[in-house]
Amino acid sequence: MKILVCISHVPDTTSKINFTEGDTKFDTTGVQFVINPNDEFGLTRAMWFKEKQGASVDVVNVGGPETEPTLRKALAIGADGAIRVNTAATDGFAVAQQLAKVVQDGGYDLVIAGRESIDYNGGMVPGMLAGLLNANYVTNCISLEVDGTNAKAVREIDGGKETVSTSLPLVIGGQKGLVEESDLRIPNMRGIMMARQKPLKVVEPVDANTETASVKFEKPAPKGAIKLIDPDNVEELVNLLHNEAKVI
Amino acid sequence: MSVLVYTESDKGTFKKTALEVASYAKTVADQMGTTVTAITFNADDTSVLGNYGVDKVLKVNNSQLETFNASGYASAIADAAKNEGTKVIVVSSSADSKYLAPLLAIKLDAGYASNVVEAPSSTSPFTVKRTAFTNKAFNMTAINTDVKIVGVSKNAFGVKENSGSATAEDFSPAIPELGVKVESVDKVTGQVTIADAEIVVSGGRGLKGPENWGMIEELADVLGAATACSKPVSDLGWRPHSEHVGQTGKPVAANLYIAIGISGAIQHLAGINSSKVKVVINTDPEAPFFKAADYGIVGDAFEVVPKLIEKLKEFKAQQ
Repeated sequence: MKILVCISHVPDTTSKINFTEGDTKFDTTGVQFVINPNDEFGLTRAMWFKEKQGASVDVVNVGGPETEPTLRKALAIGADGAIRVNTAATDGFAVAQQLAKVVQDGGYDLVIAGRESIDYNGGMVPGMLAGLLNANYVTNCISLEVDGTNAKAVREIDGGKETVSTSLPLVIGGQKGLVEESDLRIPNMRGIMMARQKPLKVVEPVDANTETASVKFEKPAPKGAIKLIDPDNVEELVNLLHNEAKVI
Repeated sequence: MSVLVYTESDKGTFKKTALEVASYAKTVADQMGTTVTAITFNADDTSVLGNYGVDKVLKVNNSQLETFNASGYASAIADAAKNEGTKVIVVSSSADSKYLAPLLAIKLDAGYASNVVEAPSSTSPFTVKRTAFTNKAFNMTAINTDVKIVGVSKNAFGVKENSGSATAEDFSPAIPELGVKVESVDKVTGQVTIADAEIVVSGGRGLKGPENWGMIEELADVLGAATACSKPVSDLGWRPHSEHVGQTGKPVAANLYIAIGISGAIQHLAGINSSKVKVVINTDPEAPFFKAADYGIVGDAFEVVPKLIEKLKEFKAQQ
């Protein structure tokens, strides 16, 4: 089985979010970038397929050279090779087209992406990729087993979960649950050393069109001051929620 | 030319989000000077949609689509869009809608914007405001394709009543062979889910252990609320992952979010930021949640929560 894990290069979850150039660009000053958490759950599941079922695992990112440390981290975790498509990730559709080319050229039969990136939260790349490849698609995936070309997956739905059967070629939108938080791997020194020797291939982009354009960013309006209520007077909270906030 | 809206139902009853997306579609249709067509799956009585601005309903009744199937539903919606000459399709932010929207986008060469919180600020260019960076920011996005798909955030636009009536007709699209088959659905019944809840009661590590969740459940029960938890609580296995809210868990866009014994890590606050009113109960007055909440009580949850339950019961009894 040839697995491709899509890696989005995103600001660390603790980052302060600011914008520059007239609020049109994300301000990367002082921001730490990490593997998108939803992708990391998928990468870790892919390691299981590698170790238990002999799968090969490559990782891919669509982005400039600044994303390479994030790909190296994925190699240090255990991926066999990395591919960077050398173009800015302009919109979800453009990224899906670049990834489709990588999947076709590499003959991958299982693609694991995150259900969404934690920066743009578009949640569309894996689905669009599946649509372009005419592959099966399961998102919000919290469990995945593959046996030959058959796959069994569990998808989180509103208020529960659903078990589905499907087959390769398959695109997965992964999230926490695919593996547990405690299964995530911190690269060790050996992994980091080995990652330096592993191939990181830079490929030039194919012609791709965009469908959407980011016009401007805004930050939420600053929050008003909190109203503190005496712990001995919780009745006041009930009153405020009813009469002032009108939510009960 | 009409705006097409996918109105979701569960066992034949429309979800609240269906009425919200119908209301949104009506606003867009008014901006564009056109009508609203809804597409429904296995819903019998669709007359209620008329009260939210829908003019026409396309009813799909197909045994192959009895349970939700993303590619099957996307295929049916794409056919409906082509028949109607639709330029704008409106869907919700439910797990199902987010699943099918990208597939639909590819079928129709349509641009898609998810997590949209307001009516379009302009229809030419078609520009919407959506959340990004897990609610830490908004992004104005232009959709430049001929056909556009808008995914509306839950509880952001609101449900708007409209006096009108909807005609209904049967719609029987051809369904392709489905590569993903549902084997079983495991859904909690009789419990409010985080996705549908108007009120969410959430507990953190301050509750000291899973054995202390009784009062969280009781408080949720009094309020008709869903229960949720912070990331450490789900990582420790005190509560199931499905209750974890925050950046890597579920987003919460409730009317009221009550955080008990949760300090308010930035990732947690991002996930619940779309909730309208936030209440925090915590012993530590320095907890970051006090900067993000509307109402707060500095106190011991084990004393405050039982009192709150009692007062809420009295309040409910008077209502």
